[in-house]
Amino acid sequence: MAEEMLEVSVWRGAAEGRFVAYAVPRRANQTVLDLVSHIQQRLEPGLSYRFACRVGMCGSCAMTVNGKPRWTCRTHVARVAGADGRVEIAPLRNMPVIKDLACDLAPFFDKWSRARGRFAPTQTRTDDFAPVAPASIQRQAADAGIECIGCAVCYSACDVVAWNPDYLGPAALNRAWTLHNDARDGAHTARLAAVAGDAGCHACHSHQSCTEHCPKQISPTLSIAGLKRASALAALKGEI
Amino acid sequence: MRPSIDLRGRGHAAYWAFLIHRLSGVALALFLPLHFWALGQAIQGPQALGGFLDWASQPLVKAAETGLVLLLALHLTGGLRVLALEAGAAGAMARATILAGVAVGLTIGLMFLLGVFA
Repeated sequence: MAEEMLEVSVWRGAAEGRFVAYAVPRRANQTVLDLVSHIQQRLEPGLSYRFACRVGMCGSCAMTVNGKPRWTCRTHVARVAGADGRVEIAPLRNMPVIKDLACDLAPFFDKWSRARGRFAPTQTRTDDFAPVAPASIQRQAADAGIECIGCAVCYSACDVVAWNPDYLGPAALNRAWTLHNDARDGAHTARLAAVAGDAGCHACHSHQSCTEHCPKQISPTLSIAGLKRASALAALKGEI
Repeated sequence: MRPSIDLRGRGHAAYWAFLIHRLSGVALALFLPLHFWALGQAIQGPQALGGFLDWASQPLVKAAETGLVLLLALHLTGGLRVLALEAGAAGAMARATILAGVAVGLTIGLMFLLGVFA
């Protein structure tokens, strides 16, 4: 029996480029990352792409698969290839393409820094543990967003980032919200000031594309709504 | 070149909700000057307003009015959903909530349509 083949269109180039079609044999339980690896190892050694863990922990293999941002390692071909056996693989959106499927994530992570995505400790190692009740509202709000691994799928899906390149984006704002709910953190007000500007949380249009595509089922939309409330309250109190 | 607008990642319910809310809002904003002009006819005297009201009672204008009510109703339910979402109600993000809002909007529009020709 003839081997079933997939027609895999892969973006070659940088900002300017084109889709090149490769024929890849279809296998059981094949992931989209398997397709890319097959092409790089057997058909096109010059293909550039990025991956590390292959199990959905590192967040480095995200690409645009059939128009949607996804982790390629955790996306089975059976979920995305139609009966015609076509798969289209492109780099993530909203970031400069270095080459082929690899994006430059520097602007993405720079925005985490601009959103003050760092923990600001208030205690030293000689202090006792800070008591944080698991059932507290703040702890639960932080829990809802804390599993982010920084894969930039949400950032790639966001229209507001496409419209305003300065917009901090869903991941950085989600990070800011988890820290805002961390009782041990000492930079709440400064962080709210950092995310309340024109390119901050209030620019979100609640399209929910970030929430729709997040592979960890996090809802940055809800986190950003939290930041909107918190920053509005802080502004009313004259804190920011 | 990759297409600058790719609809494949935007086919979800919340994106449709955004589109309905935005487009109905723009359409209502465009209608507002006409609305104020019609109200302004009252200042010109009863004849001017009466003439306008006669014109507005034509079936075609009544049908257009239904479209206006539909836009208002859809914009209202969409706006309530966004308010709930921004107040922190996770349920406002669900597809069922979005569909319910659109259904309520359509129902209001239909009720108005049945009312104007009753």
